Amino acid sequence: MQLSGAEIVVRCLQEEGVEHVFGYPGGAVLFIYDELFKQDKVKHILVRHEQGAVHAADGYSRSTDRIGVALVTSGPGVTNAVTGIATAYMDSIPMVIITGQVPTHAIGEDAFQECDTVGITRPCVKHNFLVRDIKDLATTIKKAFYIAATGRPGPVVVDIPKDVTATKAEFHYPERVSMRSYNPVTKGHPGQIKKAIQLLAGAKRPMIYTGGGVILSDASAELTQFVRLLGFPCTNTLMGLGGYPATDRQFLGMLGMHGTYEANLAMQNCDVLLAIGARFDDRVIGNPKHFFDPKRIIIHIDVDPSSISKRVKVDVPIVGNVRDVLKEFIKQIEGGKSSVDAAALKAWWTQIEEWRGRDCLKYDRASAIIKPQHVVQKLYEITNGDAIITSDVGQHQMWAAQFYKFVKPRRWINSGGLGTMGFGLPAAMGAQLGNPKSTVACVTGEASIQMCIQELSTCKQYHLPIKLINLNNRYMGMVRQWQEFFHGNRYAESYMDALPDFVKLAESYGHVGMRIDKPADVEPALKEAFARKKDLVFMDFITDQTENVYPMVPGGKGLSEMILV
Amino acid sequence: MRHIISVLLENEAGALSRVAGLFSARGYNIESLTVAPTEDETLSRMTIVTIGSDDVIEQITKQLNKLIEVVKLVDLSDGDHIERELMLVKVRAVGKDREEMKRMVDIFRGRIIDVTEKDYTIELTGTGSKLDAFLKAIDRAAILETVRSGASGIGRGDRVLKV
Repeated sequence: MQLSGAEIVVRCLQEEGVEHVFGYPGGAVLFIYDELFKQDKVKHILVRHEQGAVHAADGYSRSTDRIGVALVTSGPGVTNAVTGIATAYMDSIPMVIITGQVPTHAIGEDAFQECDTVGITRPCVKHNFLVRDIKDLATTIKKAFYIAATGRPGPVVVDIPKDVTATKAEFHYPERVSMRSYNPVTKGHPGQIKKAIQLLAGAKRPMIYTGGGVILSDASAELTQFVRLLGFPCTNTLMGLGGYPATDRQFLGMLGMHGTYEANLAMQNCDVLLAIGARFDDRVIGNPKHFFDPKRIIIHIDVDPSSISKRVKVDVPIVGNVRDVLKEFIKQIEGGKSSVDAAALKAWWTQIEEWRGRDCLKYDRASAIIKPQHVVQKLYEITNGDAIITSDVGQHQMWAAQFYKFVKPRRWINSGGLGTMGFGLPAAMGAQLGNPKSTVACVTGEASIQMCIQELSTCKQYHLPIKLINLNNRYMGMVRQWQEFFHGNRYAESYMDALPDFVKLAESYGHVGMRIDKPADVEPALKEAFARKKDLVFMDFITDQTENVYPMVPGGKGLSEMILV
Repeated sequence: MRHIISVLLENEAGALSRVAGLFSARGYNIESLTVAPTEDETLSRMTIVTIGSDDVIEQITKQLNKLIEVVKLVDLSDGDHIERELMLVKVRAVGKDREEMKRMVDIFRGRIIDVTEKDYTIELTGTGSKLDAFLKAIDRAAILETVRSGASGIGRGDRVLKV
């Protein structure tokens, strides 16, 4: 049967089992919207800005193991979506973004709402396509889903000119696609794994450092089993939180620029380091020259070969899907005879416990002004550590990462790589739609929240009972902190003189607003808000303006050069 | 170090800009880049000459391999290979210089492929350094125009880059 291009797009989404599409209509995608209107398998979520659509699809993907889908129109629809696409790209999130394009005959003529979508998005996608011929449409969409989810995941853009959505062709959705130029590796090399196990067995001061790759490959069960089998210390990156249960004794907390004293020092002082699905980025190891130690052996598991030996030289590379590789590790350890150096490990743990005794995350618990850490601490307790927490970017993000103990994967959703302010609220919408029974909270700040505040309207339309925890210190806190530390307290443009009344703002969008300015009110307010199961509650916490995030490794410094409180 | 990397990639619109974009986005050098379809019209063969430390070259090959449209690549500098570049040079050739120029072309085993009363157009192939040497050997003031193709390379003996 002949179907129009628009029908084919919708049928492809149905075939892929897509339940939600986040988008915003416009001229170039009108035929597609017309077809969406005629069916009810794929539900469309109408956002208020295309950036929100892509972040929502992203939050949906991160909080489930499904592929997030966004649909935007040509020109400004695409340029608005670019921030969201780049955010997903930096964190390797599997997504498919369908973009409208002006008709093929008008491409290149500076037509109304035309932009070079493939050109603009090329550096921030895993791959992109412009579909010029309807005969290629279904196969291209299949390829997009395949590429997005396999290997190192990432966003894929499919740009479809309007005339392609209007003409007709025979529809056939391929069950699978194979591409001679794209064959991602899954299984790790058994010989390399054997070598790695021998090195781990001989370690005196071993350390396991894991990142977003563990979350993306759904390997946290395998990681937990593996780490417990060895009895080694484990740290997670900002992207890797929830990969290993944060309440476990073997967990040293997050590492990096705002990582714990014990995690950073163990990382710096270990003799055998096993990196799993992490990429040694600048916010994690600081200055690579300072981190370098010729005597330290580094084993690195990653699905992307280009992540290996990019910033630090690796001794034993293992290319493969983290989950498959860890399964092989466990199999070989359980079947083998090699055991760890127990005496050395005991001494190493004694050293680590001494570092842990430094209590690097302490803060003034008797403060008369609300401490932001206290709010996150109470949020953790009241939600039993089981909520999905999204965040924006800045100090509040770091406090959420430090003080909310994530025990399961896909509960911590933040823009780690690109650091996109405005991510939190739309990501929470996607997370709530993907997990309708879960409690979803967004930890944000008064600066970040204003970058996608319009999505409060979307939340009303779809009855999304998100809890917003606004840590309002009347400053762009992280900017102010850097200005305090490195720019002589000159707070250039990091203070907003005119903030809205967030309670009234929330109310005007049809939600519940609360303002909390006393430490004693924090817990009761949170309890009251979370008891409102059906309402979005915007909690505006008036927090200490001078609080800083500690520990801190200043930019360009090494992990052992932390500023401590 | 100078490396010459041969890439087989899908002959599709936009593939070239992905490679060029990768080099500019990540700050890698491109000394020259040539590309044309192969005998299999679905494939293009690209030759990139780049300069970088071993670590940088390792990243370049990994990043190129990561591009979806790249089918296969080889760093020709890893082994024996042959490298050729084509140059077209238009030179002023009048009076006694005319004979002298012809002799230089013969010495370098080039060919004169177009002639007017005042100038010659010369075709010369060889390694980049041979072409440089020719340009140095002739009177600089005589050169009206030069066009160079950039290097193409192929492995020696049974070293083959094929799908």
